[in-house]
Amino acid sequence: MTRRDLAIIGAGPAGMAAAAQAAALGLAVTLVDEQPRPGGQIYRDVDRAVALRGAILGADYGRGARLTAGLRRDGIDHVAGAVVWAIEEGFSILYTREGRGARIAADRVLLATGALERPMPLPGWTLPGVMTAGAGQILLKQSGVLARRAVLVGSGPLLYLIAAQMVRAGTPPLALVETQSRGDLARAMGHAGGALRGWRYLAKGLGLLAEIARARVPRHTGATGIAIEGEGRAEAVRFTSRGRAHRIACDTVFLHHGVVPNMQAARSLGVAHRWHQAQACFVPQLDGWGRTEMPGLFIAGDGAGIGGAAAAEIAGRLAALKLAEEAGRLSPEACDRQARPLRAAQARELAARAFLDRAYPPFAEALAPADATVVCRCEEVTAGEIRGHARLGCLGPNQAKAFGRAGMGPCQGRYCGLTVTALLAEANARTPDETGYYRIRPPLKPVTLGELAAMEDAAEAAQ
Amino acid sequence: MKPVSPFLETESGTEAGPRVPVSFDGRTLELPEGANLAAALLAAGVQVFRRTPVSGAPRAPYCMMGACFDCLVEIDGVVRQACMIEVTGGLAIRRPHEAHDDPA
Repeated sequence: MTRRDLAIIGAGPAGMAAAAQAAALGLAVTLVDEQPRPGGQIYRDVDRAVALRGAILGADYGRGARLTAGLRRDGIDHVAGAVVWAIEEGFSILYTREGRGARIAADRVLLATGALERPMPLPGWTLPGVMTAGAGQILLKQSGVLARRAVLVGSGPLLYLIAAQMVRAGTPPLALVETQSRGDLARAMGHAGGALRGWRYLAKGLGLLAEIARARVPRHTGATGIAIEGEGRAEAVRFTSRGRAHRIACDTVFLHHGVVPNMQAARSLGVAHRWHQAQACFVPQLDGWGRTEMPGLFIAGDGAGIGGAAAAEIAGRLAALKLAEEAGRLSPEACDRQARPLRAAQARELAARAFLDRAYPPFAEALAPADATVVCRCEEVTAGEIRGHARLGCLGPNQAKAFGRAGMGPCQGRYCGLTVTALLAEANARTPDETGYYRIRPPLKPVTLGELAAMEDAAEAAQ
Repeated sequence: MKPVSPFLETESGTEAGPRVPVSFDGRTLELPEGANLAAALLAAGVQVFRRTPVSGAPRAPYCMMGACFDCLVEIDGVVRQACMIEVTGGLAIRRPHEAHDDPA
């Protein structure tokens, strides 16, 4: 088994940019990714989709092709369609590809595992027909599949982007049900230089809103009391906006109120995380290069804290510089010098992000769901049951597993973890940091005995 | 007959490629070869991918990125995420954790 200088997990903007930068500095890089083609979720399938539907998806999406082009060079081995289920210190990456287990050894590891949609537990969110806005985007990008009668619910620029893309594709959404209020935007504008720093995103947002308005898509802002109704599948969205009750019949509901770091791989390696109040999520503890406390382990991109695609690309490059320095391929002086312009660009991106965080806060009703709402989709545990656990003395999410199985299903807490932490923290009057998060252990994704057996065979054959 | 789907394929979409037969719960569907299986099933009008083992509640794809596990299906006895599989001809797909009445 050959040993690589660097293994990168995730071929989104951070992983792709880091791979190109590290290879340019002479490192032997293996880029491991679950998808058959590079791009991550933001640039999903960009090389194929731009030609087929670039006009619908927009110019920002098309820019991802720069990054996939950067992978076609010596020094980068892109292992596509590989599902990583364990990362061992030292480092060993264990994954499954085409039904067989396999392993990569690497001196250093960069986790570029990106973001997940923030869990949005609302009444009816488990019904067929309810999906994340990100899922709606993936359907369009990768497969050219559109929802005929969709309502978009939540807050954030992604909702405007998907609405505008649906308009361009000729299937506008039935309505936007937005949870942010005018007050949120005013506060974001009033925040020191907020509007100025975020002007580029603001301008893009205004352009998208103009497209949505031209298509006469109704927008309901400051929505509360949101529930999805239906017998066996989503049939309507019910809510109150500006004192009036609404019910919109639909087949599909796309939910979104921001994205949060995908922590699974980092937590499985014991990386310390802390609560980030402004982004209402946990973020890993890193230095300015994306370094964790474990020697040789770095994190870049949205998995390190939400900054968006442009910031992720920059963070990937910064991490690659320091990784090359640690590997003896770059002098400390050259590393610092090459990092300087990247840091300036990074500061601009993150300032814009602070504006977006304030303008589009998470939906309060989904952060503290009603008792009857399911929060753990896999094991169907409700918010009321989690609060009940707290009354019986349950202090943290790991205890909650024993009380009622929350977080023990196949998704391993990806879509309930933050909710369970928040519910227990509130019920026990403790902070999210004191309350903690699920302990994540491998396998990060299910692996079958057959896949493991196939790996043993490969190892013996190699000996 | 193709059931009416809440989803629509754009002209540039999955329908562009050649179609191959797969079976879902005993029904034969013609899906675009190489397409994302979850997307292709949705476009073909499949609305319920599975029922939960806890309450029997119906589920369908939620995240489309391999994280939520709501699109689980059973193929050749193995329960897998439909959103992480590409369509190939002859796939025999079933709803997982359900009693199967094999006529054979």
